[in-house]
Amino acid sequence: MWSGYFLSIGAAVSIFLFHKKCQKMKTYEEINLKIKSGKAVVLTAEEVSRMALEVSPEEIVEKVDVVTTATFGAMCSSGAIINFGHASPPIRMEKINLNGVPCYEGLAAVDSYIGATACCPDNPAYGGAHVIQDLLEGKDVVLEAWGKGTDCYPRKHIKTTININTINEFILFNPRNAYQNYNVAVNTTHKMIHTYMGTLLPNMRNATYSTSGELSPLLNDPEFRTIGIGTRIFLGGAQGFVAWPGTQFHTTRPKNELGIPVTNAATIAVIGNLKEMSPEYIKAAYFEKYGVSLFVGIGIPIPVLDVDIAKRVSVNNSQIQTSVLDYGTVGMPKLGEVSYEELRSGSINVNGTKIRTAPVSSLAKARKIAEELKLQLQCGEFEISKPVQLFKKNTSLKSLKETEANND
Amino acid sequence: MIKKRYILNFPPESGDKPLSYCLVKDYDISINILKAEVYPGKRGSLLLELQGKKENIQKGVEYLTAQNIICEPLEKRIHFQEEKCIDCGNCTAVCFAGALTMDKVNWKLDFDKEKCVVCELCIPACPLKLFYIDFS
Repeated sequence: MWSGYFLSIGAAVSIFLFHKKCQKMKTYEEINLKIKSGKAVVLTAEEVSRMALEVSPEEIVEKVDVVTTATFGAMCSSGAIINFGHASPPIRMEKINLNGVPCYEGLAAVDSYIGATACCPDNPAYGGAHVIQDLLEGKDVVLEAWGKGTDCYPRKHIKTTININTINEFILFNPRNAYQNYNVAVNTTHKMIHTYMGTLLPNMRNATYSTSGELSPLLNDPEFRTIGIGTRIFLGGAQGFVAWPGTQFHTTRPKNELGIPVTNAATIAVIGNLKEMSPEYIKAAYFEKYGVSLFVGIGIPIPVLDVDIAKRVSVNNSQIQTSVLDYGTVGMPKLGEVSYEELRSGSINVNGTKIRTAPVSSLAKARKIAEELKLQLQCGEFEISKPVQLFKKNTSLKSLKETEANND
Repeated sequence: MIKKRYILNFPPESGDKPLSYCLVKDYDISINILKAEVYPGKRGSLLLELQGKKENIQKGVEYLTAQNIICEPLEKRIHFQEEKCIDCGNCTAVCFAGALTMDKVNWKLDFDKEKCVVCELCIPACPLKLFYIDFS
């Protein structure tokens, strides 16, 4: 009888311990202590996806502290805040050009914002992204500005050169980056078209895709439990922050059975000091017959706080789907859904048609970022931060409704 | 055995001759058509890769020239600034010749110059403008 009693106590204890193990939770503070002492176990999202094929989420929480995610793609909604400093005599800059590229003039006297996609009217293949890259590479850039002349800012014109060392602030502030999933682009028409998704050959002769799949930041935290306002991130080679949900932040898109959106959904706004960034992770681009854009390298560490997060970071390319859209037809009708595993294989099958695939964002660079961030976490150089505020849920998008504008 | 590339420009009246048949049968040349532009009744041009014995290729080209076809050896090659490449993959989207592909392991760009047909689509497709033509 006694042995039976002890057995049942033993069973109860082991069930309790097992339950405790399932409920294993870690805090940001605990993980940061491990990071500071150089003892944190860090894997890339690709590594943890392979590990998860053999190891349970419970064991992943035990074994892994942080998972690094990354992306390196063209992100059009990017730009830089610049403060030029005051000249003597001073000027209230009311029209500003940098290497011929117009930048924003409505911010006090010598503050400006240069948008990545702004372009030089005489040379549409050179734009704001190129100015940002030139400054980042230490090159001189021609600043020309005009003002009406005021009592306190008497000057009406200035033309001079600036570089990264002469300007006071040079801040990357991108309103919409790191899309959570993105569409696959094809073209069903008989004409070649040029898009931000690259050159699309006629008659669905190619398909292009953009995200880094299982390595992509927002696909590894689809419910935004750890990525929110204030999250410290790798941005262009420096440490930056998530500033806000990105523009066109959309959390109610169709999702798969794992809760991952199957089309472009949420985004993040990011901010960081360009003076600390590297030209290796910020690259200007010109897409033929489309325009200028900026390749931005972003890496986000995801702390493995509990089993739910362990499951999220364990997803692999076969479990993430995205929508194939016809970029040649107005309204971009959806033609099908494919997984990132299929996209990476080199061809996809859309309604019986085999289509060759090509990426338009760099997985090689994304991997390099994930590895670099991993190294920084392992040697205690990168502290993870809990979001100051989580993003709103249940958001959707408005389209631009046209009213009967008064043209008088 | 050598391999050489030629651009052939046809006058309007030469469209009815079995030229490639003669090159294969009489000169033992294997032909790979890399690019063809034919405008019926006007003119046409072909980008051919000829493989065979050196003297046979020479004779084959002489034969074509005797048929009023302008044969120009093609030394034009596509080059790219590899050290600046970010491996985004945009060029692979347009390269139907299969010369530009992504390595499926490290996802870096592979450029197999032997497969390049100099269609030049990669030049505008590269967002960093790293491709250029070399006429050496």
